Amino acid sequence: MHVLADHADDILTAFALTIRLAAMSALCAVVLGVILAAMRVSPSPPVRLAATSYVNVFRNTPLLLLFILFVFGLPTLNLQMSFYWRAVIALSAYTAAFVCEAVRSGINTVDRGQAEAARAIGMTFGKTLRYVVLPQAIRAAIPPIGSILIALARNTSIAEAFGNREATYQLDSLARDFPDALYWLFGGIALGYVILCLLIAAVFRLLEHRLAVGR
Amino acid sequence: MFLRRAVFPRRAAVLVAAAALTATAACSSGDDTSTGSGDTPKVDTSASFKAGTTMAKLKSKGTIVIGTKKDQPGVAFQNAASGKFEGFDIEMAKIVASKLGLDPNDPKQVQFKEVVSKNRETFVRTGTIDIMIGSYSITDKRKKLVDFAGPYYVTGQQLLVKKDDDSIKGPEDLKGKKVCSVTGSTSIDTVETKYGANPVPFDTYTECVDQLKNGSVDAVTTDGAILLGFASKSPDELKVVGDAFSTENYGMGLKKGDADFRSFLNDTIEGAEKDGTWKTAFDSTLGKAGVKAPKPPKVDRY
Repeated sequence: MHVLADHADDILTAFALTIRLAAMSALCAVVLGVILAAMRVSPSPPVRLAATSYVNVFRNTPLLLLFILFVFGLPTLNLQMSFYWRAVIALSAYTAAFVCEAVRSGINTVDRGQAEAARAIGMTFGKTLRYVVLPQAIRAAIPPIGSILIALARNTSIAEAFGNREATYQLDSLARDFPDALYWLFGGIALGYVILCLLIAAVFRLLEHRLAVGR
Repeated sequence: MFLRRAVFPRRAAVLVAAAALTATAACSSGDDTSTGSGDTPKVDTSASFKAGTTMAKLKSKGTIVIGTKKDQPGVAFQNAASGKFEGFDIEMAKIVASKLGLDPNDPKQVQFKEVVSKNRETFVRTGTIDIMIGSYSITDKRKKLVDFAGPYYVTGQQLLVKKDDDSIKGPEDLKGKKVCSVTGSTSIDTVETKYGANPVPFDTYTECVDQLKNGSVDAVTTDGAILLGFASKSPDELKVVGDAFSTENYGMGLKKGDADFRSFLNDTIEGAEKDGTWKTAFDSTLGKAGVKAPKPPKVDRY
């Protein structure tokens, strides 16, 4: 127990990085995911094909492989950036594919007739999406996106093996220095992740209530 | 990525047991040194052990699983082309195996298994591996978890930098620099707490060296023996700088409390140091980089 208390600073700093990784990746993934979903329902076949291919590639590739690709691949293209950003790119590229599918399932819940009516009164595809379809689609997509972001928060632990000193790295380091306290350390770090994920769940429950409409 | 299935070939075990029965103990134990050729040591077929000891169990099972590294040229390295493990630690492991009466060149009898730094204690304790021989420094913290035989080699922490980098000459220049080492190693801890470096953790040294070559980190730190191996592989790109700023005693990790096995390993190490197999092992691996074989360390029977 005292190991956790003695190293509370280190553990909190590490969790701060975990949270920064999760938050930045979540932001990028949601933005990219919504754009991809819009592309998947676009009237233009090449655009649809591009988005579908993206989802097929990134949703079906192990996250660890994407980490290897971005962490070792980017510098060979002379793109030098910090390990933090490489992790964010890998995490958001992966998560965006899932967000895209959640948003698309939301879009499918909106009656086709609404989109047709919007186009009939002269709204463009973009306007139809923005003002008619997406506001309703998001409501249906909120619960699955919450689950995806919880998975994302836990997936940040992979960044440990690629130059990021986040919570799991701290667990490994402290376990090296205090092998006798392994179960305390594991419990403490696991609790941190649980709290983080419960917070995400709470935010999404709030969003769900805010966006709910009486039918 | 980390966990590989241990395979226990039953048939091989039966064969070896049968062979052990038929081969009556005729050889003397004195002729088991290969003289000078640098080949792997001769299998000690006459080896016999008290029933119930780990040595007897391993011999009758006919197979030993040895945890090691695969990314440390000269020390413990898996040849990508042949899949074979090679290096000084591997040679030491082969000496141990041959003393157990197992053939080091038969992959069924002597299985090498990659174990990354942070998993070493766990794998020894759970019996996933029978013994860990892979740049494994003896430390007080680790002694609480596993027992060590040895040391069989002494090295020290150094720095590997790019050949054209003159800004880092020793550990004092590391403040704020990005220094790569593997998660769970003592080296990464030292550069952070003692020298204020910004540590960058990866799982293997190869990955660290890749990041150094592509400019993502400023230096790689670990034991000099390992760094020399990397530097000798790409002498136009990399160099080892500064004196050693720590002492690392490489030992063989085994399950805690197994005193018989530990004294057997200590005897084996001492024997190899005396009869010249230790030097042969060094010259054919680390010595190839032009380093003369040092005086072997004294075994510490703590």
